[in-house]
Amino acid sequence: MNTTAATAVRIHESALDPAQALINHVLPSGEPYLLRIAQGQTLRIVDLEGNQAVDVIFYNANDAAEHYSATDTMLAQGGIYLTTGSVLMSSEGNPMLTIVADTCGRHDTLGGACAAESNTVRYALQKKFMHSCRDNYLIALQHADIGLGKRDLVPNVNFFMNVPVTEDGQLTFADGVSGPGKYVELRAEMDILMLVSNCPQLNNPCNAYNPTPAQFLVWD
Amino acid sequence: MRADEQRSPSSGDELVDNSAWSHGCGRRDHGSPGAQDGTELPFAPPANQASSQAVDALPHWQRFAPELPAERVMWSEIVPGGGHWSYVMPRGSRLRMVALDAGANLSMVLYHAREKLERYNMPDSLKAQHTAHYTRGHVLMSDMGRALASITEDSLGWHDPMGALLDAQRLHAQYGERSFHTHRNAMYRSGKDGLLIEIGKYGLSRRDLIAPVNFFSKVSVDAEGRFRFATQHAAPGAMVELRFDMDTLIAFSTAPHPLDPSAEYAPGKVGLAAWKSGPALPDDFNRAFRPECARALHNADMSYL
Repeated sequence: MNTTAATAVRIHESALDPAQALINHVLPSGEPYLLRIAQGQTLRIVDLEGNQAVDVIFYNANDAAEHYSATDTMLAQGGIYLTTGSVLMSSEGNPMLTIVADTCGRHDTLGGACAAESNTVRYALQKKFMHSCRDNYLIALQHADIGLGKRDLVPNVNFFMNVPVTEDGQLTFADGVSGPGKYVELRAEMDILMLVSNCPQLNNPCNAYNPTPAQFLVWD
Repeated sequence: MRADEQRSPSSGDELVDNSAWSHGCGRRDHGSPGAQDGTELPFAPPANQASSQAVDALPHWQRFAPELPAERVMWSEIVPGGGHWSYVMPRGSRLRMVALDAGANLSMVLYHAREKLERYNMPDSLKAQHTAHYTRGHVLMSDMGRALASITEDSLGWHDPMGALLDAQRLHAQYGERSFHTHRNAMYRSGKDGLLIEIGKYGLSRRDLIAPVNFFSKVSVDAEGRFRFATQHAAPGAMVELRFDMDTLIAFSTAPHPLDPSAEYAPGKVGLAAWKSGPALPDDFNRAFRPECARALHNADMSYL
């Protein structure tokens, strides 16, 4: 049960044509994004310039109390990294999205999102007034006013981020495995509400201290 | 805990004294989260500590943590395998947890008792301390950058922070079903359902259920990212202790770890003893463990006089 699926890097390219996409949106660095994706649609997220962290939480669009669950996802696949074939599971144990293509090969779901408060712990007390992913999440949810709030900001997926765990139990932040133009593609297994922060973190070498834009495409 | 409570449980009838009940009602370390007015809990036991005399509060701690200072013990409990409960732990209190059988696992979630929107955050705690295991020195941090609790003692060296929780589907698939109707209180209940019941007592719902810490369990990760569950990790007598750095609501279940491959449902008992230690001092071990821990403890200290 604890080794049901390998989570080693699996590269798989997509045949979908960006010219046919219903949605083609470039999200600047440091911005939030809230988007509905219908069951059966395919979402592509592109790391346009490389080594960007795209912090994403998925909700069931028809019951937002059901959300992406990092722990259920890791448990279901028997390991921690997300790659082609990984099924993102909900807090109710239901498949939410399946990774159907991936030219990066590894994505993180243990590292969470940055917040002003956690920045004071990780870096220095004086970092508290810098922009953060949680501020992005909160401003998106406050403006949307759809009944979601801080309690719903559960551990997220960090697309394109590499956070290896060593066999002796250390969590490390390694150089990105991503690069300019690499992408990940997911098929929605239910109607999805996607909450994104295109990470504004300036204190972490993961993005070479240079947050960059990400692109979102959706196909029927 | 009074010396006369160290008599054997069989002498419990002698301890029933209704006159003590009125004192019990006012006992601050049970009825109140403590320090509501911002003051620290006293190191010395309160004057009305005779409250336990009136009830069947057995001194379990003497069996599994006899080295604790008797005058500072607040309460103790033996939690059966598969059981669940919740407590409000005041800042400056400690919780000694002892595995009493092989196969023990204790899945714990933590919330700030006065603002339950603030809660333990697995990713923040792991990335701040660059760790995927917990042991003495580590701090359990809230999403607001504060230390909720610090691990002050640990005989085991590894507790699992990666948050897996046994749900009913997995429980039934692995162990079968046992309902109350057929097995009374030997029924099976998943860790998830146990935690949902406990946090429900405080108005929290499934949206508020967070990734727990699995004490007494070890899950490592291989080079490909796969989980490896260590069987027979915690021997009977294994001990870990938390100091609460804020007034903290804890809820826990002693159901099996979901990666435990055992086909037999046999979760171990866990002994709990709460005692008064006072908050972290300036030269505290956890403060010195990492600068991130010092800052999280500093952020917690800012909330208290």
